[in-house]
Amino acid sequence: MDVTPKRYADTIVLATAGRIDHATSEGFKTALAPHLARCTAGQDRILIDLAGVEYISSVGLRVLMLASKQAKAQGGTIGVAALQPNVKEIFDITRFTMVLNVFPSVREGLAQISPPALAAFDAT
Amino acid sequence: MPPDAGLRVRFWGTRGSIPVSMTSAEIRRKLIATLVRAAGRAVDTPEKAASFLEREIDFAVSHTFGGNSSCVQIATGSTDYVLCDLGSGARVFGNDVLAARGSGDHTFHVFMSHVHWDHIMGFPFFLPIYTPTNHIRIYGCHAELEDAFRRQHAAPFFPVDFSGLSARIEFVRLEPGREYEVAGLSVKAKLQRHGGDSYGYRFQRAGRVVVYSTDAEHKQDDLGEVQGFVEFFRDADLVIFDSQYSLAEATSIKEDWGHSSNIVGLELCQRAHAKRLCLYHHEPLSDDHKIAALLAETRRLEEITRGDRRVEILAAYDGMEIAL
Repeated sequence: MDVTPKRYADTIVLATAGRIDHATSEGFKTALAPHLARCTAGQDRILIDLAGVEYISSVGLRVLMLASKQAKAQGGTIGVAALQPNVKEIFDITRFTMVLNVFPSVREGLAQISPPALAAFDAT
Repeated sequence: MPPDAGLRVRFWGTRGSIPVSMTSAEIRRKLIATLVRAAGRAVDTPEKAASFLEREIDFAVSHTFGGNSSCVQIATGSTDYVLCDLGSGARVFGNDVLAARGSGDHTFHVFMSHVHWDHIMGFPFFLPIYTPTNHIRIYGCHAELEDAFRRQHAAPFFPVDFSGLSARIEFVRLEPGREYEVAGLSVKAKLQRHGGDSYGYRFQRAGRVVVYSTDAEHKQDDLGEVQGFVEFFRDADLVIFDSQYSLAEATSIKEDWGHSSNIVGLELCQRAHAKRLCLYHHEPLSDDHKIAALLAETRRLEEITRGDRRVEILAAYDGMEIAL
């Protein structure tokens, strides 16, 4: 499963699409790994753009949980944004909205994560 | 029930970890909510009041999910009784047998998921153990099965030593993955991830399948393990599933605590083409409203993730009966 990176100042927005489930989650995890390695204090911040994701299963949510744990352990910042309504419901029902930084849109996520990234986003 | 009839599953204890009971404050809140709804309504006879409760008051207000710990009966049509686990619900079950069929000449087959306290604590209060003409066979895969029951009866934990129990009590060690015939049921056990291990059971008879899978954590990124459970749940008419935690809890602060979530239960049932998922081993911190909300959310999740087959979602409560 691919993620498409786009840099805004100190923040990498990683866009992905499709279904994140038992068939694709390992690929999603692998695609996130190099970006996560740089998600440390003073380095990149990460915002995962889920606008193209139509479904995420428990194993996909676990990948996000592990990414969040790794980022926190490294002093980094990570969030997810732009969930489709069904995916937002899955986040609510699983209580992942309580353990991950979830933002309504990429712009609102950048506003919370990094003002310089927001300025760069608005300038494009 | 004739021998070729289906199975009936009756829940005597559905709470996880420790029994709970409603507080007087909770009962008062239920009464106030019901009385307010009944204002101006004709509920002046027991029949009208019962009908009003049934039709217009939510289950979480008019009833309770109950608070006894794990105990489930599988009625097969045989005169022998089949149970899963001996939590505090076993006390109520034993009393019911005595009231309905007298105190002696019964045979009980009990399949133990494991021997943590909440799953064996009903045994000393299971009155059939004190009648000489009763026969109790306790099945399980743990080497320490018999020792755990004996130690629970030893001083200073209980005043009656195991040697003083007058029923004929036998312990039967099972091998996981092997099929056994007990009381007209075909039974197979499966190892589950839990502190000290636990075992799920797949019961089959006359084309009907019930899976009892409690106190089990599922690592969803272990694809081999997941597939093993999909096969264990395959085409089940009913899967009784440990849904004590939310998925977020089970994958974060309560990871490796040995329990699972409604979400994982649903996903496994969907992949296994199981017909019904019964949420079980309820979190002791959850009140009736919280369990009802869990049920509603799980039904909604099933709706938005449904493929070509529907999974019926239920939440177990003490006293619930399901005919298969």
